[in-house]
Amino acid sequence: MIQNLQIREALNQAMCEEMERDPNIFIMGEEVAEYNGAYKVTQGMLEKFGSKRVIDTPISEAGFTGIGIGAAMTGLRPIVEIMTWNFAILAFDQIFNNAAKLRYMSAGQFNCPIVVRAPNGPAHMLGSQHSQALESMLAHVPGLKVVTCSTPYDAKGLLKSAIRDDNPVMFLESELMYSIKGEVPSEEYLIPLGVGDIKREGRDITIVAWTKMLPVALKAAEQLSHEGIDCEVIDPRTLRPLDEELIINSVIKTNHLVIVEDSWPFASVGSEIAKRVSSQAFDYLDSPIININGADVPMPYAENLEYEAIPNVEKVIEAVHQSLNR
Amino acid sequence: MEASTSTKNISSPKLRKNDYTDLSHQQLIAMYKKMLLIRRFEERCSQEYGKGKISGFCHLYIGQEAVAVGTISALNNKDFIYASYRDHGQALARGMDPKLIMAELFGKHSGITKGVGGSMHLIDSEINFMGGYGIVGAHIPLAAGAAFSAKYLGTDNIAICYFGDAAINQGIFFETLNMAQLWKLPVIFIIENNKYGMGTSIERSFAGNELYRTGKYLDMNRGSFDGMNIIEAYKTMKDAVNIARTNSMPTLLEAITYRFKGHSMSDPATYRAKEEVELAKVNDPIIIFGNQLIEDKIISESEIENFESEIKNKVIECVEFAEKSDQPPLDYLYQNVYKN
Ligand SMILES: Cc1ncc(C[n+]2csc(CCOP(=O)(O)OP(=O)(O)O)c2C)c(N)n1
Ligand SMILES: [Mg+2]
Repeated sequence: MIQNLQIREALNQAMCEEMERDPNIFIMGEEVAEYNGAYKVTQGMLEKFGSKRVIDTPISEAGFTGIGIGAAMTGLRPIVEIMTWNFAILAFDQIFNNAAKLRYMSAGQFNCPIVVRAPNGPAHMLGSQHSQALESMLAHVPGLKVVTCSTPYDAKGLLKSAIRDDNPVMFLESELMYSIKGEVPSEEYLIPLGVGDIKREGRDITIVAWTKMLPVALKAAEQLSHEGIDCEVIDPRTLRPLDEELIINSVIKTNHLVIVEDSWPFASVGSEIAKRVSSQAFDYLDSPIININGADVPMPYAENLEYEAIPNVEKVIEAVHQSLNR
Repeated sequence: MEASTSTKNISSPKLRKNDYTDLSHQQLIAMYKKMLLIRRFEERCSQEYGKGKISGFCHLYIGQEAVAVGTISALNNKDFIYASYRDHGQALARGMDPKLIMAELFGKHSGITKGVGGSMHLIDSEINFMGGYGIVGAHIPLAAGAAFSAKYLGTDNIAICYFGDAAINQGIFFETLNMAQLWKLPVIFIIENNKYGMGTSIERSFAGNELYRTGKYLDMNRGSFDGMNIIEAYKTMKDAVNIARTNSMPTLLEAITYRFKGHSMSDPATYRAKEEVELAKVNDPIIIFGNQLIEDKIISESEIENFESEIKNKVIECVEFAEKSDQPPLDYLYQNVYKN
């Protein structure tokens, strides 16, 4: 059977199913229990699982993330929800210095099966301190897995795998996408981490995009199809480990590559993809790889400036034209 | 105020009715008008938000006006003020131009920060209004840093930091308090205890009670006051200012207050019983103060009506100014990332 779910509902199902399966999974974070989640992702979970397993925390991101890591070292499988990744910066010390390194430093004696989930990237007119896409910083750190989701189907399958993974998994969602609906099977399924997905097949050019930039890329591809340009759109889904084979095989077919991300350009996931493709598939490229990024500035509040700062359909179309020299 | 053992005999007497200390009638009236301006300005913000003219996160200060106006009235205008994202009240109390605030909320280039900051980041260095900050607790050390500067440079300025009850649960709160006390910094930390951090009541997020007592372990000057009573806010602050300016020591104050609206414009605040909110509104700081001033014949009811219409017009002017201002030019996007 097929259900039509919002991304927030798909995430909720993933957590509920996993928590039903394994009593050692619990969730904590600000407003996750009584308020049913700042963005309602944990709706009904307190009622279902009780306050032992669905826990409201004080505004102490470093503290409760660290407590989660300590619990993960000692037999539990915490899901830590942070209100947005902007606030998770307070917990980066715990994530970078503890979660990411425990297994390595202990020569494999400890695992750290924790999921830290939060929305990432700019929403709408929230200003500089609330509008940051931080996946590149997380993906920089060996020991962490970094997962994104852009459809309800992916959200559910990926989150279930993230919860079952024995490594610290950073799970990136988007405030503006929680209400997006899509088909999700009622039967259980998992999507393995590290495997990307071709969201649209095409032969002329490859566009790589994830989270909020995926719908932008798909819309651009749709419009470009009217002028006879056939775009292949790839969602890597997991950013670390990266499914480079999928991207490289696509480029071998299309010979052109545009990467769209709303994070800053300097040392980004997009620049890492460009590096790998240019070093491993250089001979297949017919034109330089084009990276489209969020503007290299803190995000402004004003609507027109914010619009200018974020990649959009027009910018993707322009990049495709440039790449194909049309 | 509970004195630290090192600075004895500093405690503010409980407010006697009609005890306005050193405040002149003129000052009292100015304070009343400021509270009223904040209230009416923000009610209009709420309407404009509803119309889509203001976007993003917009946190109203309605109910807490006596805290900002009372405490800021005890400062001199060189003192540094740091606020959270709930910053309209402090900005207006300090004297930031309401037109420039409204334009900022509208995302216009005539705004106080040219449209790039928005509601949560009102900043005006000309009046040492050092900003509203969006990350809970993260501005607490900045205020201590400004106090450090003042001491280092030998000015007699002090620094004030406003933050919410829930912000004391950030580690940076304790880290900063410790250094402020250790290094004798002239800074006043003001916890605005409105009982909730978003949907979580303070009882559910803080293991202690009486938040100002967190300063006890450090032997810091500390105290709490009725944040719905502007005169008490003023008097308690006056003592703390004195300690900071003359002894160069920090103080931790807790204002007991309440926010009458949701956490932000997008919060319906269903976690609070209607009765609880209604009960809190009985202590509306503006009504209490207005009645007191009338009773003491400092102002008349008809004067209050005049203030109302004066302020109403002022707020209309703000909206008109914001409406007719332009958005920032697109190349402003890249301005000010670096100096030069
Ligand atoms: C580090 C961090 N975590 C979470 C948030 C989201 N957030 C914004 S305000 C707020 C509640 C703060 O409550 P309190 O400190 O009591 O101040 P109030 O809003 O009541 O004035 C939360 C959780 C944030 N901005 N920063
Ligand atoms: Mg509060």
